[in-house]
Amino acid sequence: MRTILFIIQKEFIQIFRNKGMLPILFVMPFIQLILLSYAADYEVKNIKLNIIDNDMSHASRLIVSKFQANKHFDIVHFGASAKQGFDDLNAGEADLFVHIPMGFEKKLIQEKDGSIQITADAVNGVKASIATGYAQNIIASFNKQFLKSLKHPVGMMPKPAIDVTYSNWYNPQLNYKNFMVPGILVMLVTMIGAFLSGMNIVKEKEDGTIEQLNVTPIKKYQFIIGKLTPFWILGMIILTIGLVIGKIIFAIPMVGSLGLIYGFTAIYLLLILGLGFFISTITTTQQQALFLAWFVLVIFILMSGLMTPIESMPKWAQVLTKFNPIAWFVEFNRRVLLKGSSFLDVKYFFFYIAIAAVVMNVAAVANYRKRA
Amino acid sequence: MNTSAPQPPFAVQVEDLVKTYAQSEALKSISFNVAHNELFGIIGPDGGGKTTLFRILTSLMLPTSGNALTYGYDVQKDYKEIRKIIGYMPGQFSLYQDLTVEENLQFFARIFGASISENYELIAEIYDHIKPFKDRRAGDLSGGMKQKLALSCALIHYPKILFLDEPTTGIDAVSRMELWSMLKSLKKKGVTIIVSTPYMDEALLCDRILLMQEGSILDSNTPKGIINNFQKQIVAIETHNNKESIKGLRRLPYLDSVHTFGYEIHATSTETIDTPQLKNDLEKMGYQDINVRNIEPTIEDCFMDLMQNNESHG
Repeated sequence: MRTILFIIQKEFIQIFRNKGMLPILFVMPFIQLILLSYAADYEVKNIKLNIIDNDMSHASRLIVSKFQANKHFDIVHFGASAKQGFDDLNAGEADLFVHIPMGFEKKLIQEKDGSIQITADAVNGVKASIATGYAQNIIASFNKQFLKSLKHPVGMMPKPAIDVTYSNWYNPQLNYKNFMVPGILVMLVTMIGAFLSGMNIVKEKEDGTIEQLNVTPIKKYQFIIGKLTPFWILGMIILTIGLVIGKIIFAIPMVGSLGLIYGFTAIYLLLILGLGFFISTITTTQQQALFLAWFVLVIFILMSGLMTPIESMPKWAQVLTKFNPIAWFVEFNRRVLLKGSSFLDVKYFFFYIAIAAVVMNVAAVANYRKRA
Repeated sequence: MNTSAPQPPFAVQVEDLVKTYAQSEALKSISFNVAHNELFGIIGPDGGGKTTLFRILTSLMLPTSGNALTYGYDVQKDYKEIRKIIGYMPGQFSLYQDLTVEENLQFFARIFGASISENYELIAEIYDHIKPFKDRRAGDLSGGMKQKLALSCALIHYPKILFLDEPTTGIDAVSRMELWSMLKSLKKKGVTIIVSTPYMDEALLCDRILLMQEGSILDSNTPKGIINNFQKQIVAIETHNNKESIKGLRRLPYLDSVHTFGYEIHATSTETIDTPQLKNDLEKMGYQDINVRNIEPTIEDCFMDLMQNNESHG
């Protein structure tokens, strides 16, 4: 036991003496949280819109005014030349092009069949689909209003329309920061765990100091616990800093129990430290360790549901996320912080992560050799 | 560290030890013993298997076959015991560069369950040199001071056997002399010392030596014993151009081995060398300012000869 404390003490001296690393360690949570939370926003604003109205009727003007009133759209061109509309789209001057053809109102009233063409620049597919979605909403609301305003001939009733309204539970204002911050917290904790622990052990190999340690009576478990504990503590500190930033700067709702968050992070860190440790057993230089950790983490992060919803991934990718600890933690954090899930609601998260932590660490210990 | 356990017959006992790597044979079935409190030198050129042997004896590496006992403990089975009673200084400086001198020493004392004060007497002579710099980071020390620190750390738990892998490689002549005098006084305190070196002149400073080349033992004896066993006649030759005349000398059929030795060339033969004849032969080849004299063999001559024989037979 004392030996473990001596190793931990040595590690902390080294960590706090590393003038390059320490500031990064404590500045990183601020920068990542603030930068990413403000930048990552799924809401599409300022869609540059071209409207070409060849009909110039009551109906077409109603549509135009609805687009004008919508906060998502900026009308950059309003005219009568369809060619101009396509040219602007090609030149990137416009994101979306709405074309109301001649005779639109007449067809709508007489044949109950008007058509409007919406063309979107789909270079950015997400933006295009969201923009056309907004446009369709506007046109749907026009439909409803226009039908009502028609003088109905006797015997003809307006078609009953189903009006869908919605509300966003657990995040009523659809505040993306509420959504992002719990996820970015996971990223921070994960990076501390996987990068620093792995590189730290490999550094002993690279510097040859492991040779000197290996001829001492230090036991394998003492070495491993002594090496990983400092990073476990750092991970918890980083989590705390992140939660404080989330509360103070972003006013993230923390509906659920913080104890639950800490309890889960404690186990999750064992898993991630185990991953870092495992990486250190199969690499010989810090460069290799860093590269390998980076490779694994980029996949985990991009497929975690932090940036893109897991539900929109292909089936096979959704299956893969079941093996992605970051995905579990992101989901856990969101559920507990935003939704206020209790331990019973999320107990299988604990169960899964605990099993993964055991498997990871057993693999790492089995792979770690004190001698060739 | 006073243990009541009986002392094993030898400090180190090696029997038919073999270590093979994927491509090569690093140790070709070697056997030797090291007595207690001996200053034992393992001498040989780079790639001779010295480091492999050290790593096996210090329990860092498993042998392919054969037996090795370090202080009576089997290097394969009793590695835990071995790690408690040996001190090892690897060839590469392997202390924490970002810890200070004192922190390094303290760390290694503690993980052996020792304290600096209880064994200070053993390292005092060495550590006193670097004590003024105890708050300096190990990485900022000079080569000689680094080595004193490494030696202090390897000794702080009062090991029974101290292993030093090429401690004099890459340090200056003064530090080399200092190191050997430190080893002499450690020996007086009862520590068995096993040291490897590629420098043949250091052999004379050891009680007993083992000459290794390409994984085989060429000879094992006291330095004096090795010189006494040298049966050949040896001459020292000087010409106006030593570099060129070596080529000429190597063509002479009555000479066994020819090699440079400082400012001179040493040549050996199993038969008596006729020095006037040798001088005459050299003159015929066009060399000038020739000086040939009979000399007593040095330890290096013996090694060169043994190594040359090993190469020609192997």
